[in-house]
Amino acid sequence: MSAGSLPRYVLQRVLLVIPMMFILLTVVFVLLRVAPGDPISASLGGKLTEEAINARREMLGLNRPFIVQYLEYLGNTATLNFGETITDNHAILDIIRDNGGATLTLTIGAFIIALGVGIPLGRIAARGRDKARDVVIRVFGIISYATPIFFVGLLMQLYIARPTGLPTSGIASPRIMHAVNQNAITHVILVDSVIQGNWAAVGDVLVHHILPCLTLGMMICGVFIRMVRVNLLQTLQSDYVEAARARGIHESRVVRKHAFRNALVPVVTIVGLQAAMTLGGAVLTESTFNWPGLGTQLMHYIQARDYMGVQGIVTFFALVVAAISVIVDVVNALIDPRVRFE
Amino acid sequence: MSDPTIYAQHIRIWYGTPAGPVRAVDDVSFSIQNGEILGLVGESGSGKSTIGRGLLGLLPPGSVMDGELAFKGEDLLALDQKERFKRRGRDLAMIFQEPLTRLNPLMRVSEHFTETLRTHFPKISDAEVEKRSLDVLQVIGIPPSRWKAYPHEFSGGMRQRIMIALALVLRPAFVVADEPTTALDVLVEAQIIRILRDLAEQFDTALLLITHNLGIIAEACDRVAVMYAGKIVEIGDARDVFSDPQHPYTQELLRSTITLTTDGLHSIPGAPPDLIDPPSGCHFHPRCPKAMAHCAVAEPPVRNKRGGKPEPGTTDVACWINQLADVPEDARGPLERGEISVADEA
Repeated sequence: MSAGSLPRYVLQRVLLVIPMMFILLTVVFVLLRVAPGDPISASLGGKLTEEAINARREMLGLNRPFIVQYLEYLGNTATLNFGETITDNHAILDIIRDNGGATLTLTIGAFIIALGVGIPLGRIAARGRDKARDVVIRVFGIISYATPIFFVGLLMQLYIARPTGLPTSGIASPRIMHAVNQNAITHVILVDSVIQGNWAAVGDVLVHHILPCLTLGMMICGVFIRMVRVNLLQTLQSDYVEAARARGIHESRVVRKHAFRNALVPVVTIVGLQAAMTLGGAVLTESTFNWPGLGTQLMHYIQARDYMGVQGIVTFFALVVAAISVIVDVVNALIDPRVRFE
Repeated sequence: MSDPTIYAQHIRIWYGTPAGPVRAVDDVSFSIQNGEILGLVGESGSGKSTIGRGLLGLLPPGSVMDGELAFKGEDLLALDQKERFKRRGRDLAMIFQEPLTRLNPLMRVSEHFTETLRTHFPKISDAEVEKRSLDVLQVIGIPPSRWKAYPHEFSGGMRQRIMIALALVLRPAFVVADEPTTALDVLVEAQIIRILRDLAEQFDTALLLITHNLGIIAEACDRVAVMYAGKIVEIGDARDVFSDPQHPYTQELLRSTITLTTDGLHSIPGAPPDLIDPPSGCHFHPRCPKAMAHCAVAEPPVRNKRGGKPEPGTTDVACWINQLADVPEDARGPLERGEISVADEA
C-alpha cells in the first residue's frame, strides 16, 4: 500500500513545481521590467553614446516586444541558460559556479548551527514550560530572530572577533584562496581544499566560516526554537502520549519517541520555508562579512543596475528555493506516512 | 473471599486551577472483583474519567489524590513513583475514548506492540513479540496482514480494537475503559462491548467501564455506580439499580433516556454544580425534584437502600430519603427555593 505511493507522491510534487516555477519566473521578469528606465541606459547610460547604447540594446534583443523576451527568458531558464551580465559580460552560470560554493557552505553551516542550537533549546524550553529557563530561551529566540543581520554581524565583529582574533572578512586568507583556486575542481573552496589534501587551507577556511555562519545561524535558530517548543508542548499533551504513558512506557522514551519525534515533523516543513529567508539573510551576511558568495554578487549587480545580472542570480535563487521545497516535501513524506496519502 | 482486584476507599482527587482547587472526586468508594464489570455513569464533569485516571496514576500535574487504593491487596498509593509506573500497562491498563488520536501516527502497529511488550519484558524476542501480538489481534478481529500498517490506514472502530489489543497483550488484571465507544457508530459499539464482555469472562479481567450511555451499562455491566458532582450517589447490581432506582438523580437519569415510546425529551433542569464551590449539603439538592429542607443543610452518608450499613451485595445510595429516620422531623418538608432561571439551565 505505502510502497507504491511514495514514488507517485514524489512525481506529483515534482510536477507541482512547474506552475510554481512559472509564477516565480513571471514575477522576476515583470518586476525587473516595470522598474523605471531600461537595462542598457540604466547600467551604461552616460558612459556610451546614444548609438552605442542602441547597438547594445539590439544585440541583447531588448528592443523586441516584451512577450518575445518573456518567452525567450522562460525558454532559456528551462535550459539553465541564465544569460550574461550587461556591465561586464560575465556568464551568469560562471558567476554561479565561482560564487555559489561560498554561499552554499555559508548557508549549510548556518543551518547546522541553527538546528544544533535551536532544536535542543526548544526542547529544553518545552520541558521546563514557564520556568526561568523557558522564559530566557524564548526571549533569546525572539531577539535572535528580530535583530537585523548586519547588527548581529557588527556585534560579532566587535565582541567576538576582537578578543578571539577570528577572521571577519572573506572565506579564506588571500594567499590560501589563491593557492586553492588555481586547481579548483568543484569551486567550493572547502571541498577543493579537502580534495587537494591542503589541511592548512581546510582549517583556514573553516575558521573563516565561524562568524558568518554564527550570524546567519542565529537568525534562523530563533524560528526553530519557537517551532520545536510549541510543537513539543502540543505533542506532549497529545492523546497518544497519554496512551503511551498508560501502557507504562518509560517517560524518557515517551518524550523521545512519541513527543519529540512527532514534534519535529512540522519543523522539517519550516526548514523548507526558511530556505528562502536564509538566502535573503545570506545576501546580508555576505555583504557584512565581505563573503565572496552569490549574495555579494547580487548586491554588486543591483548597485551597478545590471538587470541581466540581477535577473540571472534571482532566477537561480528561485530555482534553488523550488528544489528545496520539493526535497523537504519528500523528506516529510518519508518521516510521516500520512503525508503520502493526502 | 480473596482480595478484590481493585479496592478503592474514600478516594478524593483535587485539581489545582487558577480559581482554586476543584474537588473532582469527593470521597468515592468501590471495589471490583476479578471478572466483574463495574459501570460508572454520570454527566460530563461528574468526575468519572478522573477516577479512571486516578486509578492508573495518570492524573495531570497539579492534581492531588488521597484515600486508599489497593490492587489485589497491595496498597498502590504507598508505592513509589517507579514501582507504580511498572504496574501501569502490565497490571492496570486503560482504553480511551478517542481511538483516532490514541495511536502514534508515525509508528506502525507492529512498533506499538513491540514497544509495549519490550517495556515490560525487555528480553522478549522479536518472534515472541509478533506471536503474542498477532494472537491478541486475531482474537479482536484484526488480520495479521495489517501488522505493519500505520494507524491512519484503519477505521475508528479498528483503531479502537487495536488499542484494546494493545492493552490486552500485557494480560492486565484490571482495565479502565473510558468511554470506549463514544466516538464510534452503534454497530462498532456493539462489537467493542462484546469484546470487553468476553474479556472479563475469559480472562477474569476486572473492568471499570466509564460511560454516559445507560444502554451500555445495561448491556455489559454486572454492577453500576452512578456519579454526580464528584460523588457516587448510588451503587449496586446493574439490574437492581435499573429496575428500582433509589436516588432521585438515578431516577431522573433513567427518565432522560430515549426509547421508541419516548414522546418529548426529559431533561434534568439546571446544570451540574461548580466543583470549586459546590452546593452545601447534598450536591444534587438544587436540581432534585424530591429535595427536603434537610438536603440543603447536611450531606447524606452512603447507606444501603433500607438505611442500614452498606454491605457487599446491597445497593447503596447516598440520599436522605432512604434514611428518613435520621432526618429531623421539622426538616422533612419540601425544600423552598427560587425558580431555576433559564440562564442556569443553559
